[in-house]
Amino acid sequence: MAKLNQLTIHALRDLLDSGQVSPTEVLDACLKRIEQVDPQVKAFITLIPEAARARAKQLEDLGKDKLATHSLAGIPFALKDNLCTKGILTTCASRMLANFIPPYDSAMVEKLEAACAITIGKANLDEFSMGSSTETSSFFPTANPWDLERVPGGSSGGSAAAVAADEVIFALGSDAGGSLRIPAAFCGLVGMKPTYGRVSRYGLISYAPSLDQIGPLTKDVTDCALVLNTIAGHDARDANSVPVEVPDYTSFLKEDLQGLRIGVPREYFFPGLDPRVKELVQKALLRLEELGAICEEVSLPHTEYALPVYHLISTAEASSTLARYDGVNYGYRAAADDLDTMLQKTRTEAFGPEVKRRIILGTYALSSGCYDAYYLKAQKVRTLIKQDFDQAFAQYDLLVSPTAPGVAFSFGEKEDPLSMYLLDFCTNPLNLAGLPGISIPCGFIQKMPVGLQFIGRPFSEGTLLQAAYAYEQSTEWHRQKPDLDNDCI
Amino acid sequence: MATDYEAVIGLEVHVELKTKSKIFCSCPTTFGGESNTHVCPGCLGLPGVLPVLNRKVVEYAIKAGLALNCEIAEFTKFDRKNYHYPDLPKNYQLSQFDLPICQQGYLEIEINDNQKKIGINRIHMEEDAGKLVHQGDNIARAEYSLVDCNRSSVPLLEIVSEPDMRSAEEARVYLEKLKAILEYLDISDCKMEEGSLRCDANVSIRPRGQRTLGTKTEIKNMNSFRSLQRAVEYEIERQIDAKEAGEPIVQETRGWDEVTGVTLSMRSKEEADDYRYFPEPDLPPLRIDRAWVEELQQQQPELPAARKERFIQDYGLPNYDAEILTNSRALADFYEASCSLYPNPKVVSNWVMGELLHLLNAENLEITQSRVTPERLAEMLQLIDKGTISGKLAKTVLEEMFKTGQPPQAIVQAKGLVQITDESALTIVVDQVLEANPKVVEDYRKGKGKALGFLVGQVMKQTRGQASPEVVNRLLKTRL
Repeated sequence: MAKLNQLTIHALRDLLDSGQVSPTEVLDACLKRIEQVDPQVKAFITLIPEAARARAKQLEDLGKDKLATHSLAGIPFALKDNLCTKGILTTCASRMLANFIPPYDSAMVEKLEAACAITIGKANLDEFSMGSSTETSSFFPTANPWDLERVPGGSSGGSAAAVAADEVIFALGSDAGGSLRIPAAFCGLVGMKPTYGRVSRYGLISYAPSLDQIGPLTKDVTDCALVLNTIAGHDARDANSVPVEVPDYTSFLKEDLQGLRIGVPREYFFPGLDPRVKELVQKALLRLEELGAICEEVSLPHTEYALPVYHLISTAEASSTLARYDGVNYGYRAAADDLDTMLQKTRTEAFGPEVKRRIILGTYALSSGCYDAYYLKAQKVRTLIKQDFDQAFAQYDLLVSPTAPGVAFSFGEKEDPLSMYLLDFCTNPLNLAGLPGISIPCGFIQKMPVGLQFIGRPFSEGTLLQAAYAYEQSTEWHRQKPDLDNDCI
Repeated sequence: MATDYEAVIGLEVHVELKTKSKIFCSCPTTFGGESNTHVCPGCLGLPGVLPVLNRKVVEYAIKAGLALNCEIAEFTKFDRKNYHYPDLPKNYQLSQFDLPICQQGYLEIEINDNQKKIGINRIHMEEDAGKLVHQGDNIARAEYSLVDCNRSSVPLLEIVSEPDMRSAEEARVYLEKLKAILEYLDISDCKMEEGSLRCDANVSIRPRGQRTLGTKTEIKNMNSFRSLQRAVEYEIERQIDAKEAGEPIVQETRGWDEVTGVTLSMRSKEEADDYRYFPEPDLPPLRIDRAWVEELQQQQPELPAARKERFIQDYGLPNYDAEILTNSRALADFYEASCSLYPNPKVVSNWVMGELLHLLNAENLEITQSRVTPERLAEMLQLIDKGTISGKLAKTVLEEMFKTGQPPQAIVQAKGLVQITDESALTIVVDQVLEANPKVVEDYRKGKGKALGFLVGQVMKQTRGQASPEVVNRLLKTRL
């Protein structure tokens, strides 16, 4: 029989609500698993087992009936370490914030606390979310539970690895260009980037504010809907959060796709795509047709510009957003005799190479004389990319593509930044257009998971979940688990 | 022959808005307070906290724009102005770059009885920075400096004029008028000494008749209307001298030194920052609803120009009186309150503009700090009408009222300042004076009218100013 930590949220809810298991039992199973495998997986930067146990006890005291009224009651989860937690270290995997303890909770922490979920710890990421492999973390890389020699994807790699390794039941991450969906694909999980504005960014330590969006990493589509139910919604503290009503996302979980019109963007099957991934995606399309969907090829002609546009806009925003880390009010401060030297040494010593590279790129794109040619032009092309999607969605309910061009790679394999940036080829256009996307498992290549991406209209998370659920229920991919026990003795 | 130069001056004015809370968070905007007590994660620039725009700031900006005859943008946005300074917690300031909320307005000033329109280029909203508290005499000699973020994210309007002013006096009058308008709108305290009204001047010169602009310098650190005028006067002279001596005028920022009365180079344009402005991604752009603008237009209070017109029409005041009285909202309020209690507008105007303003200016006080209230002033004027005190005595009474805040009757009684109207008592004094000045009496009889004034003066002197001038005049005339 499966262990408690291996179960989904909905499976655990049945056991918890009926009183067959207690929150402490579920938590202990997770903590035990962490003890067992995290020395190898290294998903966590900070663990708070005592606080988690106290919370579990508190929830038990409420009684199971009262608990059952809260959507995620007693479910242990992990937060990407760029989500602020009051009184708990929040590092962004950077030396810069290695000692930063926020005096406030992010909106996500408030919502999950209100839903009576239990925070177990803060998960590793690429430094300030800048990366696709979690290798740029200033502290340590996280391993992929499917193969400890490989990366889990990034930047929400710690969150994904923790879920894939059954250390937690679900996790939250953030996604500015694929940071939830790439790790979901690499770790065989469901990862959703909601519509920009669907989930409050209050308390998310930003990488690129116009692209960042928080979302869930879960073991299946039903869990994704359950977490989304909890985290979605308007928040006056995030001016870009949109007051659109939150439906019950579980009501979309139907196995029928009759009449659903699906577009398959030609440009997403680009030369860098692993042919084996292409084959699996094509098989998935056939399955979607069997389920009643109509799949047709569609063109998104400006796709090839998305990657440079993404890197101009995200780095420009980051160069300014990260300017606040100067050693003056909080965070790392280098010793120096004067202000300018202190500033320079602080930033030189506390930022890693990828962060520095992006700050330099972004500063250049915004500088006088370059602004029109780079930043402004990128914004104009961003509009064209968005228009491509608008036109496609005039004909189709959904678009389908690969999530990542290949499977998880070995540590150090992509030393050239450009080859790393190409990982986001199919994911970052959605961030530019503010659209929701979900990655779900669609097969394996040599025991490594492959992800399928659904792309929807703004606020069509329900439709995405419907298609993802129908596909998932017709496959067994999501039931497979990495064989970590032999690796972690 | 020396060239005739013309000065070209434009002003950039920053005003702190007196909203209850800051522009992007709910901290109070109250001036003062212990360092770093009016702060939150937002205005401290902590990571993860997002700006949320205070609607009141937009409302105040629109009100200012309407009062300054501006076009109110239908579409406006915030931009990040990027620069590193320890008093700027995010190391970028949220400001407005290419799409400010108000553009293309004007303000009318009166200079030597002529009306002149000074163009308003733009008004934009932005957040204030914090303050550095240097631990030492000045920044250069300080051992270290502390950051106080109380002022961080207090809302500001930056009001940029066109380079339409041609003298230091025009610049001062423009700033005074601008201050008056903002006071009438009740959107700022406009206290230069507390920094809620700050002004930088761009100054250049050119030979009269030349159309192109000369190289400009930007003058900072002017903390009063007077220092603005002095600084600009100095800078115009300095530039003319440089030009005449064949020296180049460098585009630079210069600081006004109040003590030595000169401007000194602070930094040249070559060292200027590249602010890398770009649209603030954390705030959606604003669409300003026309109905809202219309509603605000309807709610606009009476502004200085309209009030001045009304003072001329309703109170029959001369242009000069009306201009001075309405240039300060508080002064105009004081005047109107006084008039409602003592309905002789010209007499009230003479006393307010003459004696009262003189006393206030001597003590460097605002009318709001005056211990003389409209009620007290009216009571005093009524004492003159009743004949209890003369106009001359009244000045002494007003001074005392100004010092002590006591009612005029109490002062009159306490100091024995009651006017002497008793004819028999005064006749004795008159006779003494006539006896003592036979020469003057003779002059008068020969037709020297002025001699009478001397004699009246002597009687007043003898009675320590308490004699009724009317009675004395009459008595003297009968005797002579």
